Amino acid sequence: MLVIKREVCGYCGACVSVCPEGALELVDAYLTVDPENCIECGICSKICPLGALEMKNAE
Amino acid sequence: MQNKYDVLIIGGGPGGAMAGKAVAEAGLSCCIIEKRPAIGAPVRCAEGVGNEISELVDLDPKWISSKIEGALLVAPDGQTLELNPEMAGNEVGYVLDRKIFDRELVWKAANAGCDVFVKSRASSAIIKDGKVCGATIESGGKTVEVYADVVIAADGVESKFARWCGIDTTVPMAEIETCVQYLMTDIDIDPGLNAFYLGREVAPEGYVWIFSKGERTANVGIGISGKMCKEGKRPKDYLDAFIAEHFPNGKIIELIVGGVSACKPLACTVADGLIIVGDAARLSDPITGGGIINAMYTGKLAGEVAAECIASGDCSKKALMKYDTEWRSSKMGKGLKRNYQVKEIFIKLKDEKLNSIVNSVNKLDMEIFDTKYLIRELVKYNPWLLKDIGTLKRLLD
Ligand SMILES: Cc1cc2nc3c(=O)[nH]c(=O)nc-3n(C[C@H](O)[C@H](O)[C@H](O)COP(=O)(O)OP(=O)(O)OC[C@H]3O[C@@H](n4cnc5c(N)ncnc54)[C@H](O)[C@@H]3O)c2cc1C
Ligand code: SF4
Ligand code: SF4
Repeated sequence: MLVIKREVCGYCGACVSVCPEGALELVDAYLTVDPENCIECGICSKICPLGALEMKNAE
Repeated sequence: MQNKYDVLIIGGGPGGAMAGKAVAEAGLSCCIIEKRPAIGAPVRCAEGVGNEISELVDLDPKWISSKIEGALLVAPDGQTLELNPEMAGNEVGYVLDRKIFDRELVWKAANAGCDVFVKSRASSAIIKDGKVCGATIESGGKTVEVYADVVIAADGVESKFARWCGIDTTVPMAEIETCVQYLMTDIDIDPGLNAFYLGREVAPEGYVWIFSKGERTANVGIGISGKMCKEGKRPKDYLDAFIAEHFPNGKIIELIVGGVSACKPLACTVADGLIIVGDAARLSDPITGGGIINAMYTGKLAGEVAAECIASGDCSKKALMKYDTEWRSSKMGKGLKRNYQVKEIFIKLKDEKLNSIVNSVNKLDMEIFDTKYLIRELVKYNPWLLKDIGTLKRLLD
């Protein structure tokens, strides 16, 4: 599952641009993920300039 | 907000603002919607532009933080190369104050007659019979549908609107430059110079920049390839290390984060009823990451073409293709194509090779700064360049 650390995120939208599924959306000053569309590829968490996205295992 | 405009513009950055102004000046109704509460803030930019910006807008001194007279390139081994205006063909540039600049551009659009709504976000596209006809907009807790003959997507790096219209705007992971920047004060800089630091240790597949914001103040930032970014080696980690070394006593008064695409532009930047401009069309420069002027130029062109097509009653993809064809054959379009290929060569260079290039350029007689001379001399000192030189030469000619 993709976890968004709101207190770290700088709401820049870089992750939105690389998400192959269009699962991320920057709503004004907060980021949202659509769990229905996210395929947990981890690309967004890899490229985040601040490290605000984390892939956590379901368990 | 009306429920129908001739042109609806998604995004109030430099691309959207120039589009709105062009449409309004052509006498048509238009509206810019911007999801953020304030135009231009937070800034996601190092704010550097070349002086060709004055071909697009009359520069107001209020928008300018500093005037730039040259650039300083620092090689991985610390050798420096100063590029001054005489060499670059008297080119100078500016570091803008985008909080003011972006707002004033939107202001100009509004004064020309364009409607503007902030804190209003497009949340989906309205598509009928395969044609883009408008957008669903969330504004102040209400959801409204706004129709238009042409929608201009100027929604920046996120570029979701075109995606909702079925166009894949995904930036490949290796081609996003992931960036962090501090606005710093109380640091020793040359206020007339912009500096660039290269090298795998400093900024893998990217660079550190110091863009002067005036006396003792600068945007100090970094962009690295998304491919090189990982836990513990994120742009912020590299930047903090750079600052600890170069500006340990500087004060950070703003944190800026962002992504810049260094990929090829979208394969096609129009569809039935839709034009895509600026960063949303992936038009930032693959080498420098600069995209302000490209967004302004394509925004203006999009507004003009939309107005023409509306006047002639045909807003099909075929009619709007005029926009795509025109920017691709423009100086900007050709430059993007060339710089993409140059980037592909330079990104693979090892630090020693970069050092060696900078070293040999330093030996050149800068009075005769023409491409052929440059290449001949570079090859003399760096014979290994021959492998790539065919391509390079073709690109530079
Ligand atoms: C760290 C960094 C440094 C940079 N440095 C430079 C530089 O020195 N020089 C240079 O020329 N360029 C630079 N750039 C690139 C430059 O910032 C962009 O190319 C430029 O802003 C592109 O303009 P635009 O109008 O296309 O998009 P933007 O300026 O990004 O504007 C897009 C707007 O659309 C809004 N928006 C997005 N989605 C929606 C929606 N669904 N509904 C409503 N509104 C929406 C956004 O809030 C935003 O205001 C830099 C970028 C970064 C990240
Ligand atoms: S890339 Fe990181 S900082 Fe930027 S919006 Fe995404 S999560 Fe936030
Ligand atoms: S993990 Fe992959 S699919 Fe999920 S939001 Fe991130 S980039 Fe998109």
